[in-house]
Amino acid sequence: MINRLLAYLVKHIDRYLMGLVTVLLIMGLITLFSASGESFERVTGQIINICAALTVMWIAANVPLHFLSRIALPLYVVGLLLLVGVAVAGEVVNGARRWLNLGFTRIQPSELMKIAVPLLLAWYFDRYEAILKMRDFAVGAVLVILPVLLIARQPDLGTALLVSAAGFYVLFLAGLSWKILVTLGILGGASLPFLWSMLHEYQRQRVLTLLDPSQDPLGSGYHTIQSTIALGSGGFLGKGWLNGTQAHLDFLPERTTDFIFAVYAEEFGMIGNLVLMVLFLLVIGRGLVIAANAPTLFTRLLAGAITLTFFTYAFVNMGMVSGILPVVGVPLPLISYGGTSLVTILFGVGLLMSIHTHRRLVQT
Amino acid sequence: MNRGVELRDHQRELYYFQLRLAIVGGAVLFAFFVLLMRFFYVQVIQHDYYHTLAEQNRIFIVPVVPNRGLILDRNGVVLAHNFAAYTLEITPTLIGDLEKTINDLSGLVEITPKDRKRFQKLLEEGHDFASIPIRTRLNDEEVARFAVSNYRYPGVEINARLFRHYPNGEIASHVVGYIGRISDKDVDHLRDQGTAANYSASDYIGKVGLEQRYENELRGVTGYEHVETDANGKSVRTLRSILPVSGNNLMLALDAKLQHVAEQAFGEHRGSLVAIEPSTGGVLALVSRPGFDPNLFVEGIDPQNWDALNNSPDHPLNNRALQGVYPPGSTFKPFMALAGLELGKRKPGFTISDPGYFVLTGGGGHIYRDWKAGGHGLVDLHKAIVQSCDTYFYGLAQDLGIDAIHQFIKRFGFGQMTGIDIEGEVDGLLPSQEWKQRRFQQKWFVGDTISIGVGQGYTLTTPLQLAFATAILANDGRVFRPHLVKQIQDSQTDALTIIEPQPRAVLPLSVENIKQVRDAMIDVTRPGGTAGWAGMNAKYLFAGKTGTAQVIGMKGQKYDEKNINERHRDHALFIAYAPADDPKIALAILVENGGHGGSTAAPIARQVLDYYLLGKEPPPPKPAVAKPAVPQEEQEND
Repeated sequence: MINRLLAYLVKHIDRYLMGLVTVLLIMGLITLFSASGESFERVTGQIINICAALTVMWIAANVPLHFLSRIALPLYVVGLLLLVGVAVAGEVVNGARRWLNLGFTRIQPSELMKIAVPLLLAWYFDRYEAILKMRDFAVGAVLVILPVLLIARQPDLGTALLVSAAGFYVLFLAGLSWKILVTLGILGGASLPFLWSMLHEYQRQRVLTLLDPSQDPLGSGYHTIQSTIALGSGGFLGKGWLNGTQAHLDFLPERTTDFIFAVYAEEFGMIGNLVLMVLFLLVIGRGLVIAANAPTLFTRLLAGAITLTFFTYAFVNMGMVSGILPVVGVPLPLISYGGTSLVTILFGVGLLMSIHTHRRLVQT
Repeated sequence: MNRGVELRDHQRELYYFQLRLAIVGGAVLFAFFVLLMRFFYVQVIQHDYYHTLAEQNRIFIVPVVPNRGLILDRNGVVLAHNFAAYTLEITPTLIGDLEKTINDLSGLVEITPKDRKRFQKLLEEGHDFASIPIRTRLNDEEVARFAVSNYRYPGVEINARLFRHYPNGEIASHVVGYIGRISDKDVDHLRDQGTAANYSASDYIGKVGLEQRYENELRGVTGYEHVETDANGKSVRTLRSILPVSGNNLMLALDAKLQHVAEQAFGEHRGSLVAIEPSTGGVLALVSRPGFDPNLFVEGIDPQNWDALNNSPDHPLNNRALQGVYPPGSTFKPFMALAGLELGKRKPGFTISDPGYFVLTGGGGHIYRDWKAGGHGLVDLHKAIVQSCDTYFYGLAQDLGIDAIHQFIKRFGFGQMTGIDIEGEVDGLLPSQEWKQRRFQQKWFVGDTISIGVGQGYTLTTPLQLAFATAILANDGRVFRPHLVKQIQDSQTDALTIIEPQPRAVLPLSVENIKQVRDAMIDVTRPGGTAGWAGMNAKYLFAGKTGTAQVIGMKGQKYDEKNINERHRDHALFIAYAPADDPKIALAILVENGGHGGSTAAPIARQVLDYYLLGKEPPPPKPAVAKPAVPQEEQEND
């Protein structure tokens, strides 16, 4: 009886992904304990977040694929409407209009778009599988740009980046021709000055800061300088768990959320970073394998885009903490404190599991 | 057919998809490789650099300023000590509008225009100090009032600091000197010395006097605390501390009370007194009048006081005892007399007949006048000193010749620095043939020698040199370097280092000759001597010699004290030692524009000796020094 219940519970759970996710979550909790100044309260809060996110993952893993393709369009439309709602009547927190108060709860619709955009594009390309034309890519591009513009206006550069990355990955995997890619690349380069003028002052500052953090060591350069110091002083072996001075003496800002990697790298050193990168690579590798073996174009594109978005999270976060990318609000997947990003990421992982475990049903 | 095409398409689709997936996988690997390289660069190659930065982030090295050593007189009277007080300090680099901040602050604590000016001066001096005091010595109420609104003034803080204080104010101000804020010049000097690190976080350094000369003893060694601080600058814990080592205490040979008596005795007169213990060379008193209050300098002197001191025609900042050069006048005569006896040019019984002038034989008949128009009659060596007969010494000088005079007198320290333990001493001048040739490219004339005999001509001495020479005379030729510091007390062990108790040299002088000179000097202070009035009823054997030094040449005019600009009046000099049979104290006095040695300088000596030898307190100081009525015949005027 219990065996059957267990079998039912894990039926759509991918063992590899589940194992990797578990290890990463535990590492996250260990780091969080140190980063929060040994606060059990914080750790407990994160455990609750994890439980909620794992539930979402389980549900996603058990959703049949045809259902997914059916909700793609409605989800996107709802997400877009909510984004418009945010732009019109959103709540301003820390100078950015990101939240929408629905009366009973507050939601961040931009977070939803991280899944909804690749889902919609995968569905769209799947529908026109046989006859992929330039026109389809153009439509796809528009479908990506609409929510990205709305999110960038909030302003939330990190999420805009992740959503557009997710959309781009679908376009790329769907076979966007190299000619267009190169042309877009050139056009993008040429439009940089224009984009520059579109950026908010603080966003420009972040980019400038990346180029020379010492220019404003107490202002916007402070994050990068302090996190790089944390990394560098950690050295090869690290200072040891709970012994990071940068973290424990308050020098690291946002050290439980976006900058938790600095705490991790300070205490566990380059060896720790290597371990973490290998784990991330294994997750990404597993995701790509799932994508490669996915039964339909829809699932292939979806799995590929989700996996690469996960990669984007990890790369942008570690790059920003180590000072090679500008500071954008992207958390370290499965490690950073915070429920929203955890739910989004594990939802994506759940979808990967679903794609993998439901593929035979589709093929037969 | 259709089906076939569709199948091929499907296969190709999958193939293309997997190709793209492979490209993406490669890109992922490449991106992670870039990250890895970055980690390697930051965490391995640049680890030391970032490690240092992290340590600097968290560990602040807070210097702990040592207690400066005390300065005590020979009886333990404190001349310089430290006290703790609160200061309100501003770090200008953290403040946008200094003027506004100071105005705001003046609502909380009183800030006088003087405080502002001093602050402005320190600001302009532009040292690399972190903070500059705007107010010092805040009382508890002011501290409390500022503390409440401290948060509104970033860059302004209250610090408890040790202050140097000179409880006796002007007394011995030239000896003790003062400390002041470290200047750029001081910093350069400290760097050259390699001791700059010992001055971290310390703003003060000895500037003048003993405070300057014994800086290295008084200073102590700065301690350090390694404090771990968080990002808000709040200290979390002290990791390590090295305690500061207090500076050593100076115990002086100087007698503060005697110094005070001597300074009082000068009244409103400018001048200098140096008293030396002949048997040790210890300086008992070193007066330079007028003096100044060294406390003004400690926290940085305000411009108003500075101008007043620096531009005063009385030059109170000059240490006349070391830096003032004056012709010794007749105080030179005992040394000349001794030279005559020692070199066999005069016997005690040798007598001249003094017509009131001296004619230089072979010098074109040039006439040198005695101060006493009619002459002193028959004069032997004893009478020549007692009545300060010029004619006798003119002849003696000619007989000795410049070379012999220079050779002999030089050994008493004239024309050389004495080597006293404060800075700024000048060497004065004891002329010689060689000197004149070098200075004027001119040969020495016999005529030049004659006035040397009575302490005029080119000869210049400092009061300290004169006291030094007198001490040698009093001590039968034993030479001790004059020194102010008798002992240095180690702050850690309380061990005393005694400074130079051995004589530097012993002059080979005949006891009989010295006795001749001494007997004459004793009679100087007895009725009939030039200081007979000042020496009246002295309860000890009082050996002295008066002197007068011209300030300007009179060029044939008659010197008339009453009708002459006060500043052009002659300087009065007096040397003395007592008790003459067992000298405990030797001194030299110079009163600028004081007129006659016997009338102004000798009475000062009497007060000083009475206090030192008999413990007799001088009468309370009068507002202005009343000229004592001096019998006319006892005045000299050479």
